[in-house]
Amino acid sequence: MVNEENVTGTMMQLESDQSRWQKTVGFIKRYPLFFTVVFLFIFPFIVPYRALATEIIIWGLFALGYNVCLGYTGMLSFGHAAYFGVGAYATGIVLIRLWENVWFGLLCGLLMGAITAFVLGYLCIKRRGIYFAMLTLAFAQLIYFVGFQWVDLTGGDNGLRNIPLVPLSLPGLSIDISTPLRYYFFVLFFVVLSLLALNRILQSPFGHVLQAVRENEHRALSCGYETSNVRWMAFIISGSISGLAGGLYALYLHFVGIETLYWITSGQVVMITLLGGMGTFIGPFIGAGVFLFLEDVLSAMTANWMIFLGAIFVLCVLFFPSGIWGTIKELTSKGNT
Amino acid sequence: MQLFTGLSLGMLYVMLALGLSIIFGLLTVVNFAHGAMYMWGAYAGVSIVAITGNFWLALIITPLVIGGYGLVVERGLIRPLYGRDINYPLLLTFGLQFIMIEIVRIFWGTSDQPFSSPDLLSAPIEMFGIFYFPSYRLFVIVMTLVICAVLWFFLEKTSLGLVIRAGTRDSLMVRALGIDMNRIWWLVFGIGSALAGIAGILASPIRSVFPEMGIAMLVECFVVVVVGGMGSLKGAILSGIIMGEAIAITTLFYPPMADIVIFLVMAVVLLVRPSGLFGKAGLLE
Repeated sequence: MVNEENVTGTMMQLESDQSRWQKTVGFIKRYPLFFTVVFLFIFPFIVPYRALATEIIIWGLFALGYNVCLGYTGMLSFGHAAYFGVGAYATGIVLIRLWENVWFGLLCGLLMGAITAFVLGYLCIKRRGIYFAMLTLAFAQLIYFVGFQWVDLTGGDNGLRNIPLVPLSLPGLSIDISTPLRYYFFVLFFVVLSLLALNRILQSPFGHVLQAVRENEHRALSCGYETSNVRWMAFIISGSISGLAGGLYALYLHFVGIETLYWITSGQVVMITLLGGMGTFIGPFIGAGVFLFLEDVLSAMTANWMIFLGAIFVLCVLFFPSGIWGTIKELTSKGNT
Repeated sequence: MQLFTGLSLGMLYVMLALGLSIIFGLLTVVNFAHGAMYMWGAYAGVSIVAITGNFWLALIITPLVIGGYGLVVERGLIRPLYGRDINYPLLLTFGLQFIMIEIVRIFWGTSDQPFSSPDLLSAPIEMFGIFYFPSYRLFVIVMTLVICAVLWFFLEKTSLGLVIRAGTRDSLMVRALGIDMNRIWWLVFGIGSALAGIAGILASPIRSVFPEMGIAMLVECFVVVVVGGMGSLKGAILSGIIMGEAIAITTLFYPPMADIVIFLVMAVVLLVRPSGLFGKAGLLE
């Protein structure tokens, strides 16, 4: 692109800058999985403090799970707090009452997320578009009220307290994960696993059907795919990743508050996903980073920080509907053509 | 007695669900800020009563204010999104509601606002010689019935109502006949917002007024609209009443279930009739 010699020096400088930028983005676009993982490995060393990094990566994982629903299948769910919260409670309750084993606790979180998505998905999946959004929201509120009333199990308004963070037990090895950085890498382990699993799923025939459903459900149906089941399956996958993220969040805080089930949590994951960019690997993490960083900075400055986040979100919907990463991608590909 | 209490609550649902439903039916926009508009209606009512001391004046001004605000929102924020994916207006109003809640928190604080029913309606009245019922709740019921009747008359008997109904069926065709649909959409969004405003001020003496009051209400109205059938006014009225009664009866017999019962009703209705009581299958999906 820049190998014509007759352009002036400044122009060349400008263009080479631009093309370097484009090349970087193009490179990341070509190997999204690799770059997401590398980025997340160096990430805790570039944020102001480690606890924020852990929170960001957990929300990123949640948004990644949500993305299966919104970004890859095109279902706008407003009830993902249910799967996140149920996963968090399941992990916490298992660790407190049944067995102090982190792996088992998280497995239970994931499974409970999947089961909840299985049941609620059955009720919601037949409807599409706006109906789907309203139904998922309504059922998530149902779960919230159940959690609120079932004080014996969940602690009700007080939340679930004193979740033990026991050392990891590997065969012949016990690792303490109580420091923020170690816990970050412990979470990262699950994030990488989820990314790999998601990558595998998206490149499988099933993954292509998912995206076909997003693009044109009628055509996918005409091609002989049972689209309702495909959407249901995507919903369950999304629910299990959200449940896993919920479990990790419970371990991170040693506590599960009732607000994990509240619809604000659902709203937050929608905002994060949209802010970062739907249907991308790195988008959810960028979105979580920007969202939580802004929350951190703004809430230190003013008690009414939600007004700014709300405004940013509204502007984002109006002018950058494809999110931060999506907009960067569009800008560079426009330059290329 | 409890049946009447349920009816007065159901009437609030009816009014909010009607607003949501006409906006949705014509614009295919789900207004997530509807709960926040209801909340603004309540705060507007509280403020106007605090300044003028006249509830009736507040009852007239509030819907005008909230309706006007609805007009501004439609023109400024929602109109640019027509023709894009159906989910974007939903996301936009979702963000808008946070802004609206925070604005109230800044100016009025987070605590409950005291608000009492007007003197004229504070005495209980005897019903059928059997029990006493707060006259304000009766007023809410009557008021909603009047508004429903006016709305029905407007939609069925006036030429503008005819245009609106035609627009719900096929807006392209109406536009081809030389009618500016943008204006109609604009107007309908204003009417829907005004309904939310009235519901807000009517609700404020019987439910507490605080910044998040619209959130729970919004979700409950979604349930009402889904059960009634999306875009169906008849369905919205019927299911609003059903839900109000369901909550009142459960509160009487087993209070912890009161928050949950409407969702159970919804689950049952959806399993039996997936498109709601009066919904048409496959509408706008």
